[in-house]
Amino acid sequence: MTAALELTGVEKRFGATEIVRGVDLRVAKGERHALIGPNGAGKSVLFSLISARFPVTAGRIALHGEEIQGKRPHDVNRRGLSRSFQVTNLFHRLSVFENVRCAVLWSLGYRYSFWRSADKLRDANERAREILDRIGLAHRAEVSAGILSYAEQRALEIGVTIAGGADVILLDEPTAGMSRTETEQAVELIRRVTEGRTLLIVEHDMSVVFGLADRVSVLVYGRIVASGTPDEIRADVKVREAYLGAAAHA
Amino acid sequence: MQLFATSLLNGVTYGLLLFMLSAGLTLIFSMMGVLNFAHASFYMLGAYFGYVVSTRIGFYPALVVAPLLVGAIGALVERYGLRRAHASGHVPELLFTFGLAFVIEEAVRLVWGSLPVPYKVPASLDGPLFTLYSATFPTYKAFMMGVSVAMLVALYAGLTRTRAGLVIRAALSRPDMVEALGHNVPKVFMLVFGGGAALAGLAGVIGGNAFVTEPAMAEALGPIVFVVVVVGGLGSLAGAFVASLFIGIVQTFAVAIDYSIVGRISVSQVAPVLPYLIMVAILIVRPRGLLGTRES
Amino acid sequence: MTRGSRERLVLWAAYAAVLVVAPIVFSKGFALTLLCQMGIVMIFALSYNMLLGQTGLLSFGHAVYYGLGALFTIHALNLGHGKLPVTLMPLVGGISGLFFGIILGYVTTRRAGTTFAMISLGVGEMVAACSLMFPGFFGGEAGVSGNRSTGSHLFGLTFGPQIQMYYLVAAWLLLCTVAMHALSRTPLGRMANAVRDNPERAQFVGYDPQRVRFMMVALSGFFAGVAGGLAALNYEIVTAESLSARTSGLVLLATYLGGMGFFFGPLIGAIVVTLMQTLLAMVTKAWPFYFGAVFLATVLFVPGGLASVAMLHKRLWDTGQVRRAGVVYAAMALPVGLALCAVIALVEMAYHASGDVEGPLRILGRELDANSWGPWIGVLLVLAAASLACRWTWRRVAPRWHEVAQALAAGGAR
Repeated sequence: MTAALELTGVEKRFGATEIVRGVDLRVAKGERHALIGPNGAGKSVLFSLISARFPVTAGRIALHGEEIQGKRPHDVNRRGLSRSFQVTNLFHRLSVFENVRCAVLWSLGYRYSFWRSADKLRDANERAREILDRIGLAHRAEVSAGILSYAEQRALEIGVTIAGGADVILLDEPTAGMSRTETEQAVELIRRVTEGRTLLIVEHDMSVVFGLADRVSVLVYGRIVASGTPDEIRADVKVREAYLGAAAHA
Repeated sequence: MQLFATSLLNGVTYGLLLFMLSAGLTLIFSMMGVLNFAHASFYMLGAYFGYVVSTRIGFYPALVVAPLLVGAIGALVERYGLRRAHASGHVPELLFTFGLAFVIEEAVRLVWGSLPVPYKVPASLDGPLFTLYSATFPTYKAFMMGVSVAMLVALYAGLTRTRAGLVIRAALSRPDMVEALGHNVPKVFMLVFGGGAALAGLAGVIGGNAFVTEPAMAEALGPIVFVVVVVGGLGSLAGAFVASLFIGIVQTFAVAIDYSIVGRISVSQVAPVLPYLIMVAILIVRPRGLLGTRES
Repeated sequence: MTRGSRERLVLWAAYAAVLVVAPIVFSKGFALTLLCQMGIVMIFALSYNMLLGQTGLLSFGHAVYYGLGALFTIHALNLGHGKLPVTLMPLVGGISGLFFGIILGYVTTRRAGTTFAMISLGVGEMVAACSLMFPGFFGGEAGVSGNRSTGSHLFGLTFGPQIQMYYLVAAWLLLCTVAMHALSRTPLGRMANAVRDNPERAQFVGYDPQRVRFMMVALSGFFAGVAGGLAALNYEIVTAESLSARTSGLVLLATYLGGMGFFFGPLIGAIVVTLMQTLLAMVTKAWPFYFGAVFLATVLFVPGGLASVAMLHKRLWDTGQVRRAGVVYAAMALPVGLALCAVIALVEMAYHASGDVEGPLRILGRELDANSWGPWIGVLLVLAAASLACRWTWRRVAPRWHEVAQALAAGGAR
């Protein structure tokens, strides 16, 4: 069966510095796949390569079997891949509602139309409200995105990512900077909204990884050193040495 | 042949003057990310101050005093104006320098009037230096070239061989790191802005009497300097150098050629448009400029 | 009908009413000319804000669309030999603006930010420089003249009298305002805002920021062209000045001064700038300096423009902070006023001393010799004293103002 996302021999160099040194990764359809690794391993860069934020130096990235390396970000997005950002990346002067509505416009086919008011588009507005309910921000709909609390912004970030109906979702450290309670709520939210979709998530919080993921890959110095189920990874000696350290013995 | 030689020498002189202006602009842009619209205005102030000092005291003192005055004004502008605008964002910064250019021009009009002032080449430097193919090359143009080259060599040496220069170059790409290392980055910014202004002022002192000194001179030269910076590559000093000479020579030659290209339009008529055509072409074909590194 | 939409309808009705009634209220001599000028600049500024405020594009060459629109309209007027109705002539300007918006927009929107600003400057200068190369089209030094009363006289309207011209401008102004406002509410308009706030994010929701910018430039070119067309009809002459960097600067000034963050901001800015250009110019020859100084002051101290000041006061009213704020204003009024007077005196004296103007300088009915030291020292002393007074007073009332700011942030408590 065609994988939802498949990376073959992906490399990325910035000038003389190699960040990603040949990554092979396969994420099956409907799978929840976590990408872990020490800081500086290249996880965010890998995400940026997949979402076409940067071009690859070498290698092949296939989305549902179709090659997407070298395409522009909006082309990749239109093919069904969406991502969130580690540092909150919203439309800060638009309201919460408008943020989500902007995320649904293309998928509903409205494109660059300038002859109809967006307020009159029943399906776009309904879908936006629906998403707001699901991420628990319906009561903050008219608030400007820039003045939300951190946890609210992260929730909105997820909302904007999934709103367009993409079936492959990339989440970049969605629980970064959150307290225990907030993290639990965020994981619950992520599980809810990514039901039935393919998820690739970068995380540092091991409880999130082991609680959410079907499979885990470990990225160290730009290479995947191990890939398997959470238990397999937990038991892997190489991984323990490189990454988990003393905590794994607990 | 005579025309060629004269035009080439004139073009190089003009190009060096352009480089004095675009070097300061590039430094300011690279360091602070703001394209200083008022840069040509500092050139104008240099010319006017040069005029005032050279009529009261003398031309040679003016070479020192005028740029220092302009540099001081530049530092004050950075400290009390630009820094404040920076806090509001990128657009207000650009708009601030835009408004500043306008206000400086009007202030100059207020103080000295709208007509050109009689800023003359000093008698000691007037007259021909040598004759090449029966065309005379004025001494003053040679002086201009000399001062430009000396200034630029000093700038290069200062940036590459002194500690202050090292700090400046570091702050060019990593201002946060430089600040973390304990250097006073706002002060560096003020120095660079003031320095760039002083450089433009010096260009004004030597250029103002060769060309005309009037309130509209900034408006005429400003866009050309921008063209140079964009063509050379935003943020590249070497690119600015190449582009200055290129544009300077092309413009000087174009004005001198009366050959018709399309119908009744001669090359000299097209001359004013040429720099912009070159800029637009570069922006389409190679947006980061000839030697540019930074994508703004 | 919701309360919000009823409020909006009332505002639109009031706007239309003001446009209709204005020439009746301001009926003195040249007031009508002024109103026509204002109306044209208002359309021009609104079109500019489509780029600046809504899409985040700072353009230094917007006058190109305005000027080309004006030129095409006046040529159409001359060539049409009275067959085309004058009422629809601005449409010629609009279509030319749209046409060049598409061509030049495609070239210029490949980059954003500072690079776009530079390109727009270069393209603007290029087109303006072309005006000397094609005197047949651009009219050379004298410009192109036309006559607007030679059209087909529908309903007896010749558009010769200025009042008829005014209502033509007003009608187009209303139409354009409605159209541009509606445009800002469409998917394109919403995505333009999104691209302004975060172009990268816009890509990751499926939109090409370049395409969005391109379309906004083209559409704003249309409206700028309409303004140009009206200008051609109003002044019955078009010169290369309408394409110049000065005109681009003027619309930038008007839009920013009015407030680029609000839809109605440019309307305020256009009115204020036109008043400054005409009324202030009659009072003092140093008016361009005041122009620039006001602009700089806005950039430094009121970056949101006059509209933001208006909205601030609306919020003061809503949260009951008017009296407290009023106390602060009253306290600062005298020292600030005195400082301003001193600055104005300095500027006027400088202007007189430069010799550009005839006659002695009169302030408060007394003659001042700007060429002697006395008045200069006097004014400088007044300025110094006033500045110190400002500082001193501000220190006393600042806590009050902080209270007001806090109350505003909290949403107000009476």
